[in-house]
Amino acid sequence: MTAVEVRGLTKVFDVGRPNAVEALLDIDLTIEPGEFVSLIGPSGCGKSTQLRLIADLVEPTRGEVLVNGKPARRARLDQDYGMAFQEAGLFEWRSVVKNVELPLEVKGWNKVKRRTRALEMLELVKLSDFAEHFPWQLSGGMQQRVAIARALAAHPPLLLMDEPFGALDEMTREHMQAELLRICGETSTTVVFVTHSIPEAVYLSTRVVVMSPRPGRITDVIDVDLGPRRDVETREAEAFFRKVTEVREALRGIDAPDPTLEVEAALGAEDR
Amino acid sequence: MFAVALVLVVLLWELYKVVGPQEGGTVFGWTILPRANDRAMPHVSQILSRFADPDRPGSDTTILQVVLAGAWFTLRLALTGFVIGTLVGLSLAVVMTRFKVVERGLLPYLVISQTVPLIALAPLVVSWGGKLSIGGFEWPRWLSAAVMGAFLAFFPVAVGTLKGLTSVPAASLELMGSYAASWRQTLFKLRFPAAVPFMIPALKLAATASVIGVIVAELSTGLAGGIGRLIIEYARQATGDPPKVFTAVIGAALLGLVMVGLVALADVALMRNRPREAVG
Repeated sequence: MTAVEVRGLTKVFDVGRPNAVEALLDIDLTIEPGEFVSLIGPSGCGKSTQLRLIADLVEPTRGEVLVNGKPARRARLDQDYGMAFQEAGLFEWRSVVKNVELPLEVKGWNKVKRRTRALEMLELVKLSDFAEHFPWQLSGGMQQRVAIARALAAHPPLLLMDEPFGALDEMTREHMQAELLRICGETSTTVVFVTHSIPEAVYLSTRVVVMSPRPGRITDVIDVDLGPRRDVETREAEAFFRKVTEVREALRGIDAPDPTLEVEAALGAEDR
Repeated sequence: MFAVALVLVVLLWELYKVVGPQEGGTVFGWTILPRANDRAMPHVSQILSRFADPDRPGSDTTILQVVLAGAWFTLRLALTGFVIGTLVGLSLAVVMTRFKVVERGLLPYLVISQTVPLIALAPLVVSWGGKLSIGGFEWPRWLSAAVMGAFLAFFPVAVGTLKGLTSVPAASLELMGSYAASWRQTLFKLRFPAAVPFMIPALKLAATASVIGVIVAELSTGLAGGIGRLIIEYARQATGDPPKVFTAVIGAALLGLVMVGLVALADVALMRNRPREAVG
């Protein structure tokens, strides 16, 4: 069974209006369990929209999304995925441990069970000592780790992340990337990760999906096989730089105006 | 700080009595400076000493006791009005958050409701209430005064809570959406806690508004027992006994302070774990 299956996915915002935007056009993507897939591309390429379509937070105009072999709606109702955003988005009135308990509360778990699980999750992200702290007492990186613990609290097989480290400084960011890989390895979670950082995508992913804007589509899929990641060695390895270059070239191809793409876009506009 | 401000007010009062014109002052032909004589502005010491005097000659009860009894009577009405107003305001805010259409249709009328003069409305409510009898429950007159308090109190609560409930970050709503949380779960786990910083100032406004509403209702319907009636009674005696009416006015002011103090306690309890720089 595939973790995520996207078929002919199209999303048009403001359908039928003169300012209609084709955010995504005919996307096909299959993600196997245990994969770490990054979506990368310039702003407006629909990578965040695609993530929200997988999460069933946005309705597709056409096409189909299956998560864990179920329709996206069913998967959302079953809490088959966890989600993390650029802002940690912790509830400031809840202690750290109560924040991690939130998805379990919504699921209707009893008090003892959810406290036990939340403390387990905090151990996983190495924040056990901060369970009773409040979010504003934590650094940005720590808050983001709480957000990851919260996203994984219900042990979903899939984790959807929208530029989760975008607001962190470079040092914290690299540390968080290594931590994320460790956590996902320990919990064998499949990840779909939206980013606009090339090194981040290469370091984290088994596959990098390169997208282009107007209309949003997949232009390239690059397999990354760097073996088990090691924080410093991997980042300084020759193979790592080669992959970074490959992704960069793929992205550059988007920026250079491609006459065939322009014509297609124009035709697409007429179709609407 | 409160004590310092109080001392300053007393000093200003006494200072004006020294420098202010005895029979009022005119500026560019308008009589706008208040008279500073002992009839219009008694000394603070005079007002305070009146508290210890008997209510009427030969009576055992002091003015302080009478004012406190009146304040206590009005406080209970104001609290009732505050609670009713808050419940109504919260319900309206929830309904307006749930249905945008209701917000567009209802909000203008809520604003209009606050422009109706209370003095005109109070006797009406009393006469409506006097005819009400729900299953053996006779509508008491004091409830009409409490309703007038509620009438003023619900508005800030409704508007402040509505603002708070709808100021939730989109990412937090998406998060609750990703858990497939019901609207009710989102309301109680996200919207209401997030609205608290907006609701506290609204509740403070509602607390003072409910006191004003009740006092005005007491004044305009002649309801006996409260501080409103006391103000009228003492004002009638003001020609012969100017400081007396100020005792009742101070009582009314203290009443408002007690009400706001109650909300302030709730504020401390609810906000104790939040960052200091939260929205106010």
